[in-house]
Amino acid sequence: MIEAAEAGPPLRRARLRLSAAFWRRPWLKLTLLLALPAVAFLLVYLGSLVALFVSAFWHVDSFTGKVVHAWSWTNFSTLWHDHTYWRIAFRTLWMAAAVTLTDAVLAFPLAFFMARVAPRRMRALLFVLVLLPLWSSYLVRIYSWRLILAKDGALNWALNGLGLPDAGLAYTNTAMWIVFSYVWLPFMVLPVYAALERIPESYLEASQDLGARAWRTLRTVILPLALPGLVAGSIFTFSLTLGDFITPALVGGAGSSFIGNIVETKIGQPDIPFAAAFATVPVLVMAAYLVIAKRLGAFEAL
Amino acid sequence: MSGRGTRVGLAVWSVLVIAFLWLPILIILAYAFNGSVLQTWPIQNLTFHWFHQAWHDPDVRSSLWLSVKVGLLATAVALVLGTAASFAIARFSFFGREAVSFLLLLPIALPGIITGMALNSFFYFAGISFSIWTIVIGHATFCVVLVYNNVLARLRRTSPSLIEASQDLGADGWQTFRFVTWPVLSTALVAGGLLAFALSFDEVIVTTFTSGAQETLPILILDHIERGQDLPVINAVVFVVIVLTVIPVVISQRLTHESGLVGTR
Repeated sequence: MIEAAEAGPPLRRARLRLSAAFWRRPWLKLTLLLALPAVAFLLVYLGSLVALFVSAFWHVDSFTGKVVHAWSWTNFSTLWHDHTYWRIAFRTLWMAAAVTLTDAVLAFPLAFFMARVAPRRMRALLFVLVLLPLWSSYLVRIYSWRLILAKDGALNWALNGLGLPDAGLAYTNTAMWIVFSYVWLPFMVLPVYAALERIPESYLEASQDLGARAWRTLRTVILPLALPGLVAGSIFTFSLTLGDFITPALVGGAGSSFIGNIVETKIGQPDIPFAAAFATVPVLVMAAYLVIAKRLGAFEAL
Repeated sequence: MSGRGTRVGLAVWSVLVIAFLWLPILIILAYAFNGSVLQTWPIQNLTFHWFHQAWHDPDVRSSLWLSVKVGLLATAVALVLGTAASFAIARFSFFGREAVSFLLLLPIALPGIITGMALNSFFYFAGISFSIWTIVIGHATFCVVLVYNNVLARLRRTSPSLIEASQDLGADGWQTFRFVTWPVLSTALVAGGLLAFALSFDEVIVTTFTSGAQETLPILILDHIERGQDLPVINAVVFVVIVLTVIPVVISQRLTHESGLVGTR
């Protein structure tokens, strides 16, 4: 080891001098810490994002197939005048909203039970039971639903066993709604749980002492305090649905295309400018959503 | 605060929602042992045959190897960048601090497809051809935030005066790091790294746009599902993928008692 050979006073003094030098110049330390991540993110990530949206104003020449670097609104006007794209955009947004609402309804009672009713050990177990699906492969979980909803799948098997007819859900928008709500559910449960866990017990007692019944306490004390958690969860469910193209491809039907599916096809052609133009829709929606979420205090809940 | 009826109602609801979360996972795990080549329910004639078949499939092997390499490299990048950024954000105040922390969160706040497309068009216009490094760059952008969040949470809970105390007692930078900073941070780093690996290992969307013709394991799975090809083998692969992502997440949770998604205490 080098250390053993040189670990005399000179090396120690040098190390102390170096430490002191950094201590006296915090800006130097900061620069060294920030340089790598800042350069990586500004150059590669932010740079790519900007390049992408600049390219939305370019277009692909229909004869040569090459990207023409001239400013125009061509892509946007194509999108604006084609009803198909409007329908696809509305389907995507509508689905994102429906999934967010469904997940909020499913998650809130579970999160409440975890945070305020369940005993300590059970709480830890429930936490892991919600956490594992969140981190396990989402592709695999969509695939599972494709098999469950199929004609010879587990759902129809269970229904027939009860003497009911087939559900006929395979490859429909309803199937997409179920699967989206399923895959993003843990993303809603955890922030709501975190928000509910932070409410001091004394608030609830105070509400009771002042004569509020359970329903009133829920509405006027618990819900307002849980709102940042709900909004934080909705950022995930909304954004993840908005940008997805795997679920529509695997469990959706013929008329189930999302913005993501069109964008993916166009990138493959490759018509990057058009894909970029259509992708501005989810980005603008998310930007507006994040501004509102920040106002509602969702970032403190994250 | 709640009456007995409410508590029972909440418990029943919770059991149902947890069942909803877990039934599809259990069902897909069961399919790996399906003796029939048809993907019908209930499964028939339990068998381990497909695991054997999957293990000897050259495509599966090369995809698995690619996914492991990408996961390790992306995790390494994420550890370096995420730790440096979290120190800068937690221990300093400077102009643009808010902007930097927002920029780091952006890859998970924006839909994955946007990150994927942006990188794709960057590579396309810059004339960079797809390689393992383009996948690693794509994965690292969203893995950084996991390490960053974990380390930041830990730094916020530990007082900076620990470091000052160490310096006052005559320790140099290396000793302070070795005996104060590292013991405080190590589990947060391991946890963040494990989550980063788990996320990278089964990522599909960004990978679609940054891999070109290379097939990571999830891309291979997606490809086979879409074409309906060799599904029994894919079911066995899926079983392994689930197990391989569950292990790091459980360890990570044990180390930090956190979700890695939001602060819970």
